[in-house]
Amino acid sequence: MTFRPSVAVFDYGIGNLRSAQKALEFAGAEAILTNDKSILKEADGVVLPGVGAFGRCAEALVESDLFSLAASMAEKAASGGKPFLGICVGMQLLYKESDESVGVDGLGIISGKVKGIEGDVKIPQMQWNELKCDFTHPMFNGIEKNPWVYFVHSYSAPKTKESVAFCDYGTEVNAAIAVKNLWATQFHPEKSGETGIAILKNFLSTLKSDGR
Amino acid sequence: MRVIRIIPCLDVDKGRVVKGVNFVNLRDAGDPVELASVYNQQGADEIVFLDITASSDSRETLYEVVRRTAEEIFIPFTVGGGIRSVEDVRQILRLGADKVSLNTAAVLRPELISDVSNEFGNQCVVVAIDARRSSQTSCGFEVFTHGGREGTGLSLIEWAKEAVEKGAGEILLTSMDRDGTKDGFDIEMLKKVSQKISVPLIASGGAGSTKDMIDGALLGDADALLAASIFHFGEITVSEVRKELLKAGLTVRGA
Repeated sequence: MTFRPSVAVFDYGIGNLRSAQKALEFAGAEAILTNDKSILKEADGVVLPGVGAFGRCAEALVESDLFSLAASMAEKAASGGKPFLGICVGMQLLYKESDESVGVDGLGIISGKVKGIEGDVKIPQMQWNELKCDFTHPMFNGIEKNPWVYFVHSYSAPKTKESVAFCDYGTEVNAAIAVKNLWATQFHPEKSGETGIAILKNFLSTLKSDGR
Repeated sequence: MRVIRIIPCLDVDKGRVVKGVNFVNLRDAGDPVELASVYNQQGADEIVFLDITASSDSRETLYEVVRRTAEEIFIPFTVGGGIRSVEDVRQILRLGADKVSLNTAAVLRPELISDVSNEFGNQCVVVAIDARRSSQTSCGFEVFTHGGREGTGLSLIEWAKEAVEKGAGEILLTSMDRDGTKDGFDIEMLKKVSQKISVPLIASGGAGSTKDMIDGALLGDADALLAASIFHFGEITVSEVRKELLKAGLTVRGA
């Protein structure tokens, strides 16, 4: 029997998490939405989604008493621990702070500040866009050249050494980062058709059943 | 880089796709989930479901459509029709939809837009506006509600601006004069609104050919093009529209 990894999706009372769960299941995971810390800790991998404002998401994590857990799991993933995937605001939350919600702390795993999209473009970016990515990174294993993925955001994380993909919108926008087992995407893999499912499968392929 | 989205719209009545002309004379056009899946394979960028069922007791039928769609289709999809409260929105998002489209209820109570936007983020709030040419308003276009049955006296431009201020992430603008006619989008109307709002504009009502789609983006300055009848009855496929938009110098997904 093939290994069907378990993935726990942080359910902290924001937005629509169902589509992330459905897409993870379609990609081959046993996915569960949960705010139960023991389930999050025991899963083979975790996903931190996020929609809406940075401040609201950060506060909702605090209110759900999941802020420290998310921070410690993300930090461990960044040093090779249990795989962690942040999506959209779930990526932005990995940074220290955001211009969207001044004075609100992010998880602070990656240095830098999230800023508004600049340039003569409509805000939010709500469209498919083409990724320029580092094809040597496992996130893009088996994916054809120049994949297209779906974005919905008004703010974006700075370009840093952790970036593995960009897209062009006003300026060059940081579309994905990876530090060892900590992966995050500004776009929505769960809404990016076959390409998105392939990226989720690549994430799942880094999961191991030992619970690490 | 602006990438034009192509959005097939499915008007759903009692769990079936239907389409009329000028909002009346409905024809059956199939199973919503099957159609959505076909459009997904053809490269549609998003899908919109508008529930036009009059009675509220068939809500469950709509929910079932949403649930089935979420299990099969991994592109963004929007659900509209009869959404009146934050709780309605929560229910629909919980079933797997990505966005909701608010129309009549938002006109009657504009705070609904801010309530939903504050709760779930403006990325999931589409404000749908049905408008037609009219001498009743300063901008020459009047907003209608209740499926186009009731005039409001509201100016289209004023309402579109207010909707964005309240937290709409997109405006879906339907020309009632053109709806179902295949005479092309109302370019003048699109252009007027597009210039006044900062968020993406979805053109709707009247697309009858690939040329109309190109005009909507190039002349109407729309960010997304929505159509129903031409897709449902197989007159034009989504992939054909993509090719033609590309030829016209516009950017579309996958090209």
